[in-house]
Amino acid sequence: MTTGLTAEQARVRAQAQAEGRKAHRRHVWMVVLGRILIYGLILVGSAVYIFPFLFMLSTSLKLLKQIYVWPPQMIPNPFTLDNYIKGWSVLPTTTFYKNTIFITTLNIVGTVLSSTLVAYGFARLRFPGRNVLFVVLLATMMLPGQVTMIPLYIGFAQLHWVGTFKPLIVPAFFANAFNVFLLRQFLMTIPRELDDAAKIDGCGYIRTLVSIILPLMLPAMGVVAIFTFTGSWNDFMGPLIYLRNTEQFTVALGLRYFQQQTDQHIGRLMAMAIVALLPQIVVFFFAQKQMVQGVTLTGIKG
Amino acid sequence: MNTTVSATVPRASGHITNQTREWIWGYICILPWLLGFLIFTAGPMVFSFYLSFFKADYLTASVFVGLQNYWTMFFDPIEFWMLALRNTAVYAFTSVPINVVLALLIAILLNQKVKGLALWRTIFYLPAVVQGVAVSLLWIWLFHPNYGPISGFLRSIGIQNPPLWIWSEEWAMPAMVIMSTWGVGGSMIIFLAGLQGVPQSLYDAASIDGAGNWGRFRFVTLPMMTPTLFFSVIMGLIGAWQMFSQSYIMTQGGPNNATLTAVLLIYRKAFEQFKLGYASALAWVLFVIILVFSLLVIRSSTAWVYYEGELAK
Repeated sequence: MTTGLTAEQARVRAQAQAEGRKAHRRHVWMVVLGRILIYGLILVGSAVYIFPFLFMLSTSLKLLKQIYVWPPQMIPNPFTLDNYIKGWSVLPTTTFYKNTIFITTLNIVGTVLSSTLVAYGFARLRFPGRNVLFVVLLATMMLPGQVTMIPLYIGFAQLHWVGTFKPLIVPAFFANAFNVFLLRQFLMTIPRELDDAAKIDGCGYIRTLVSIILPLMLPAMGVVAIFTFTGSWNDFMGPLIYLRNTEQFTVALGLRYFQQQTDQHIGRLMAMAIVALLPQIVVFFFAQKQMVQGVTLTGIKG
Repeated sequence: MNTTVSATVPRASGHITNQTREWIWGYICILPWLLGFLIFTAGPMVFSFYLSFFKADYLTASVFVGLQNYWTMFFDPIEFWMLALRNTAVYAFTSVPINVVLALLIAILLNQKVKGLALWRTIFYLPAVVQGVAVSLLWIWLFHPNYGPISGFLRSIGIQNPPLWIWSEEWAMPAMVIMSTWGVGGSMIIFLAGLQGVPQSLYDAASIDGAGNWGRFRFVTLPMMTPTLFFSVIMGLIGAWQMFSQSYIMTQGGPNNATLTAVLLIYRKAFEQFKLGYASALAWVLFVIILVFSLLVIRSSTAWVYYEGELAK
């Protein structure tokens, strides 16, 4: 190819190549700069987002006199667990944990079982009024809880359930709209042929649900369990309204009570806040993948 | 939604028993929700509306007062309801847009084929998962005017008198908004998944048409993301209108009612002053406000939300 080139042509080509290289270098530069900018922003952002946790942890491991110094030392010296030990025993914290675990467990069981059954009904069975009812279900997702809060309180008071765990547990067994929606979205991705095959094999609807659908739904049910755990563990208004005696308090309500009791001791307060957050953080690290999937399933296809 | 109506079309006569069976089992399956809806949602809503026309407490018999509760909340200045609504509106209409934009920015950053995505995602998502009392207590400490890191940082960059945050009437609500930005992770996760779902072919096509980075963002990413943004705005607004525990724990609605939110006022009227009828009326007004704003967003969505299927029309 190059044999036929005149000197002029060769010069032009060389120039073009040189310019191409320059443009390429400029392009590489831009890409590198862009990358630096992206990583820089991510690093700064991450530092800002993780800082409150680190500051809380650091405060919780300090003596009071180390806390009120400026600039703060991020790594406490000396290092003390005093806040955790003293903070734990100021109030019946162990009881708060037992209460919360009890309420949360029953909430998970109730929500997962009932929501799965309802989602199966909406996703797989045909019956008159199904679509209308499903729209009603979706609409209740947008309903603010305050509008039912007072009548529910009156109703539970009539039943003498105020001051017991029942108002915090029983409603969980009546399915939750958001979770039904999530499970139904997931069910729609499971091929219907499986149901038909089961039907041909003589399975009834419940047999099909239990032996064919449930095993495939376990990941989505796990997501519902995790969301229910977080919601129930963090619930503040429910326990605030319905629980009366300190011995019945949940971790969240206990923490609020602790704040009122020891307002000035920020070290102990942070220690107990960490203790309250820890189960959530642990669950998050084990279940992050499922949570992301669950959030995505409802947020995108919704 | 599945709009199959084959269930109502009878097929061969032999199938009718099967069909009836399917109907029955269908109702049995959804029974928990149906009962729950009637007992815990529909019934209480009707009762709450009824109660809103009464003067009711726990001790004495209820007295019918007509529209007096509604009159009082809007025209009696010492009731603070208008102030509570204003505060809540300010919170909702600043925190939601800020958080949606911030979540989108973080999602776009993390979508740039960065290394260590799982780690970054975890860091941004974790704060959104751990909400509640503990987080409110943490932020009281972060906002501390003398020893809190936020004011400390501001002083270190030369701001001599940083705001008193939740202890100042002017800055308490902005502080709540700042605190809410720590929880953008939930929306960010949804946006990130949405971004990853935008087909590369659309970007390629836009590039061929001469679109630069901004053009690709403006004419591909943004339109494809609108359904997800829409969902986030709706859910965000509904959540923000119900803001309660932060105010209750961090400021008790203060200073000077600067962070008194609608739900906090409802809570006080119902469970501290035992004015059940009046509180029900407040709750209904809040419900209607949330409903109206949600419907407005939904109505407006036809103008700005793009659904992929629309192209086929």
